[in-house]
Amino acid sequence: MNYKSLQEIVNLAQSESLEFWEVIAREEAISQNVNQSQIFEQMRKMYHAMKQSITQYDSRQKSPSGMSGGDGEKMRQYRRTHQTIAGDLLSKIMETAMMVAESNACMKKIVAAPTAGSCGVLPAVLQVFEVEKGYHEDKIVEALFVAAGIGEILALNASISGAVGGCQAEIGSASAMAAGSVTYLEGGTMEDILHAATLALKNMLGLTCDPVAGLVEVPCIKRNVAGAMNAVVSAQMALAGIRSVIPPDEVIGAMASIGREMPVCLKETGTGGLAVTRTAKIIAESLS
Amino acid sequence: MNVFDIIGPVMVGPSSSHTAGAVKIGKAARKLMGEKIINAQLLLSGSFYATGKGHGTPKALVAGLLGMEPDDERIPDSFEIAKKEGMKLKFGQVDLHERHSNSVQLILEGAHGRILEVIGESIGGSRINIAEIDGLEANFSGDFPTLVVHNSDRPGHIAKVTSLLSNQGINIAAMRLYRQGRGQNAVMILECDQEVPKDRIDALEEMDGIEKVTYYSLEEADEL
Ligand code: SF4
Repeated sequence: MNYKSLQEIVNLAQSESLEFWEVIAREEAISQNVNQSQIFEQMRKMYHAMKQSITQYDSRQKSPSGMSGGDGEKMRQYRRTHQTIAGDLLSKIMETAMMVAESNACMKKIVAAPTAGSCGVLPAVLQVFEVEKGYHEDKIVEALFVAAGIGEILALNASISGAVGGCQAEIGSASAMAAGSVTYLEGGTMEDILHAATLALKNMLGLTCDPVAGLVEVPCIKRNVAGAMNAVVSAQMALAGIRSVIPPDEVIGAMASIGREMPVCLKETGTGGLAVTRTAKIIAESLS
Repeated sequence: MNVFDIIGPVMVGPSSSHTAGAVKIGKAARKLMGEKIINAQLLLSGSFYATGKGHGTPKALVAGLLGMEPDDERIPDSFEIAKKEGMKLKFGQVDLHERHSNSVQLILEGAHGRILEVIGESIGGSRINIAEIDGLEANFSGDFPTLVVHNSDRPGHIAKVTSLLSNQGINIAAMRLYRQGRGQNAVMILECDQEVPKDRIDALEEMDGIEKVTYYSLEEADEL
């Protein structure tokens, strides 16, 4: 790829009068040596697989450990029968993120975005925006390229792996990618997109990876819900013209250094934080 | 890395390393075997052993041995499918401390009597490394057609193998050599840009000083 920072993507887009997503799609087409339309259709397939990961939801499913399952349905029932705190749109995003992340724990088919642990964030935000706000599917696919571009830069200059950078790298990255997508959908400028992603990331800096019994369930599933919400919150801030005081690529640098300095016990090793609480130890013991 | 490493892959959960990567290791071992597997011993190491059950790692490895891809929805049912297809399974633990913490040792027996021992590592995302074959270093990713040639460490073998490939118009993308010691068992790992035809592999096996040839094809073998 021909860019190494978020700012370079924007520079390329501006100098060639392209949209942010077009830069990502075009570079991918060049590197794979195929037409841009083929890349576009490949991404559409990813979106279809995401939608399938939502519709396949089975409220009776349980994960092999028995720790998870059924919570997405609880949220859906609550929304249908109550005046929710967050309103319809956000409630639907919450329950969808929960459902997809639960399905992942239950060995169902999902799309890693950027990882399996954070697979609920992007589908939740994009599918609910498509349905509730009536966006054309093509526009959603474009938004996925926006997300992918942000993800590429995060992977390049920081990390998208919990074992390397803690959960800021997984849920944090997913949230930043989703924030950029939503901002694009809602008509934000390229600067808005960058700042939405940056604000989302800043809200997640330092997040540790300390899952109970080493499984992608606790706290992962509920963090998908929080990551999706954080994406919407950050997009709205950016669309309102709010800017991150620390520029986007510097924040990504901060994320990388926090990841490096984070103790190993909080990077997917199951040896610190939530994973070593009394209850987590009892659960881990009962599973072994 | 490409954008579909960021948005993707489509996979059965819950973990890209412990589930999707495990399927890929199993599948790579099946390809290396090149014949129907009737007995499989799966020895899990490190985090694969400690958290594997909750991640479905054993099921994922077996799914791979059965030829499934990481997005196959039958992965959770792989044990039953193995039983139906007559593949006997045995699980255990091993300490491969010099390897990545997500590692497995597979000891496989084929319907025609072939025995193969593979150590596979899941090294992050769903990327894998085939670390060892039959006790000798291998280290390849499975992204290319790969020839693994076990030979005795004597002059001339490498030239014979590479000229056989070049006569066939096959380009070598990467090549690595390992040996146990001077004049002892040695191995050549050749990652190629094109597939190596079956008769060339047979010709290699006939060569003097070549002990065993194992081939990893990107294509699915018909016989399986
Ligand atoms: S806590 Fe760890 S395993 Fe869970 S989603 Fe976050 S990074 Fe992934």
